Amino acid sequence: MPRITVTVDGVTYEEEVEPRLLLVHLLRDRLGRTGTPIGCDTTNCGACTVMLDGRSAKSCSVLAVQADGCDVLTIEGLAADGRLHPLQTAFHEEHALQCGYCTPGMIMAALDLLKEDPDPSEEAVREGLEGNLCRCTGYCNIVRAVRRGAQAMSGREVSAS
Amino acid sequence: MTGIDTRAAEGARSAQGIGQSAPRPDGVLKVTGEFAYSSDLWLDDMVWGATLRSPHPSALIRSIDVGPALAMPGVLAVLTHEDVPGDPFYGLERRHQPVLAVDRVRYQGEPVALVAADHPERARRAAAAIVVDYEVTEAVTDARRAAFDPACPRVHEEGNVLRHQPVRTGSVFEAPVVVSGEYEVGMQDQAFLGPESGLAVPAEDGGVDLYIATQWLHVDRDQIAPCLGLPAEKVRLTLAGVGGAFGAREDLSMQVHACMLALRTGRPVKIVYGREESFFGHVHRHPARMRYEHGATRDGRLVYVKAEILLDGGAYCSSSPAVVGNAASLGVGPYEVGNVAVDAYGVYTNNPPCGAMRGFGAVQACFAYESQMDLLAEACGLSPVEIRRRNAVSQGSHLITGQLIDAPAPLADMLTELESFPLPATTGTGSDLRDLPGGVSQTTRGEGVRRGVGYGVGIKNICFSEGFDDYSTARVRVEATPDGPHALVHTAAAEVGQGLVTVQAQIARTELAELGVEEVTLVPADTSVGSAGSSSASRQSYMTGGAVKTACEAVRERFRELAAGHPGLSPAELVERFGPLEETREYRHRPTRPMDPLTGQGDSHTQLALCVHRAVVDVDVELGLVKVVELAAVQDVGRVLNLLALEGQIHGGSAQGLGLALMEEVQVVDGRVRNPSFTDYLIPTILDMPPMRMSILENADPAAPYGLRGAGEPPTLSSTPAIAAAVRAATGRPLPRVPIRPQDIALP
Repeated sequence: MPRITVTVDGVTYEEEVEPRLLLVHLLRDRLGRTGTPIGCDTTNCGACTVMLDGRSAKSCSVLAVQADGCDVLTIEGLAADGRLHPLQTAFHEEHALQCGYCTPGMIMAALDLLKEDPDPSEEAVREGLEGNLCRCTGYCNIVRAVRRGAQAMSGREVSAS
Repeated sequence: MTGIDTRAAEGARSAQGIGQSAPRPDGVLKVTGEFAYSSDLWLDDMVWGATLRSPHPSALIRSIDVGPALAMPGVLAVLTHEDVPGDPFYGLERRHQPVLAVDRVRYQGEPVALVAADHPERARRAAAAIVVDYEVTEAVTDARRAAFDPACPRVHEEGNVLRHQPVRTGSVFEAPVVVSGEYEVGMQDQAFLGPESGLAVPAEDGGVDLYIATQWLHVDRDQIAPCLGLPAEKVRLTLAGVGGAFGAREDLSMQVHACMLALRTGRPVKIVYGREESFFGHVHRHPARMRYEHGATRDGRLVYVKAEILLDGGAYCSSSPAVVGNAASLGVGPYEVGNVAVDAYGVYTNNPPCGAMRGFGAVQACFAYESQMDLLAEACGLSPVEIRRRNAVSQGSHLITGQLIDAPAPLADMLTELESFPLPATTGTGSDLRDLPGGVSQTTRGEGVRRGVGYGVGIKNICFSEGFDDYSTARVRVEATPDGPHALVHTAAAEVGQGLVTVQAQIARTELAELGVEEVTLVPADTSVGSAGSSSASRQSYMTGGAVKTACEAVRERFRELAAGHPGLSPAELVERFGPLEETREYRHRPTRPMDPLTGQGDSHTQLALCVHRAVVDVDVELGLVKVVELAAVQDVGRVLNLLALEGQIHGGSAQGLGLALMEEVQVVDGRVRNPSFTDYLIPTILDMPPMRMSILENADPAAPYGLRGAGEPPTLSSTPAIAAAVRAATGRPLPRVPIRPQDIALP
């Protein structure tokens, strides 16, 4: 079996994996990182979105062997030093979640969106999150949370510089 | 019963009491990935269950050979109907659904056998290795034939009509203006994002502990225990994290299966469905075929309505009788009409079983009666808003069942307010491609794009109807901690995403403020406390909210007695010295009555809720593409408990109505599901769902706790007909069927 080295949320793992093993199953079943859920199995819903070397990827459409040598950031590694990331705070406080099953993927996809566009319009948020399904919220509060998170992130960067 | 008494609450309103947009207590766990959904549960010694399902919609089972599966490595058990320890049947309203198929299968996807193995893939492969010898029989797939053709085969011995509910009132069925139509609603799926899953753990007492995502722990337990041949107290359920529900978790899925495998193997057993299996693993929204005739005066006042509503319940009963009751009693909508002949039928077929989905029964009828109101508006030369306003019910009106609407129902005012909202700017030719219907997949420059505006009105019964003994239970305990008095709230109510946990804590903070309680902890929902009833029918804020309020009041009453006897002590000192103070209370809404089986008359409903929608759409009439530009809604919720959570319910309910209007349909051909995946079953994306404009009214219902009105379902009713009306306005097509498909517009 192929042997891979992968860093997940700052921890480096060496694992022997079947070539067909999906990254999301590596995360959930082998590494016990169940914060990344599976919603559809067919790359439609985006619930399993993670950051793979700094770009968002649906972890059900990536083989574990493709993540060999990569740095994976999941929702579980987003809060730093016990403090929520501004996007996490915004999703919580803006009521951008109900059942919450889509939330990890939404936040990770939004993180990627904000790297390209730190101050997205409502339309830009919608374009950027088209690949992530939510069944509960009707998306209205998600749009608001992403824009508020963006403001908080840029504010933080300004004050840090 | 608790009357309206908000004065104490108002006076004691804390920062996160009722009326405040308090954050969700589970919110931080959900944004950090720490929240444990049922699919996340893990025990080191657990094994995995898998289900073999029927490939045929109708067949006899000649034999089942489990030998090949048992011989496979890692397989611990293979079970068939012969291994069901107790009652081989279960069901919400009729116990006739086999735990595992006995001698025949009645729908594609019906469970036939189970496997437990040390790896999920091994379990699935072993299930596939089981050899079932089927004799395929004629499948009944046409609901009309099932209902009315005496030569049609029977799906069950009792016959194919599981309930026929007429409503009869008045005797005048002639009018100067008559409009009629035949309407169809496709089979919608709840499409919650977290597929069915659970973990069953065998216990030392011979019983079983089940950790499960469900909507109603006690009704699950009361179905599971007889099938396992166990007394109820040996089947203990705890709610695991629920990834959405919308009605699909009201029936059992893998509950009995996981428990059977756990008891047989002596190991914890986990079952997780994939998305495809999920489509076969739960009931859907009943598809409906409806014939309506409306008669009115020339100035647009309703004289009579005749309707036939045919609901395809599929292979087993589920909650179909309640769906039929809702469709019949609310079959003409929130309009005053003195002469009515409605017949609602629920029928068995060999199609997938159908049951509860948000707005059950009321959604289907709403599409038809609202389509009729638009036809009537046109025939009378009135606007869609005016025809509705002219016939709108209000407080003091009667439903067609004779029931008095004794709480505020300001429908005419709601319509006036809705109509006054400004309209969004038009999208012209040459607009940004992304703003056109179809988005970047557009192949034109927008030459064929037409704007349409439509209105929809819906009325939904809140809580359980027709004489059901509907109640919820709450245990509230106030105890001293170093930080002051602390409240524990324990109910069995299922948090499925709707925000009930937030509301329960808000109620406790409000009601226990004079005890100095600020911190409230919600004890995990399980069957060690009394039933809370189902998280359905928009009933939990009313029922479990009412139970928590009542239990808090009982605790507060004891506290006041103590305080009166010890005037020198502070609240914290009183709780410290005499606590913990604990009270358990059951809460019931006012009794309801059955519908008369021949006339449908009777006070069958607890509470009624109204929502109205306006939809603005752009339609590319050549390509058949629709873009919903804006949805606007006015809803009367009686009393806002948590504005942010409430708005989320209205957004989400509207989005599901949008899905039914434009894209969502489980496509069933000859009894077989053709699209069991999110690739082929489409739910609205963030680009499909537009921004919303809304107004929320607070006309209190004096019979309800805090005057509140259940809010989750009503927006799902009215958004569908509003969008359909808008697409009709843009295209001029009659569009008698939802979802509206591109070919219905471009290639009629």
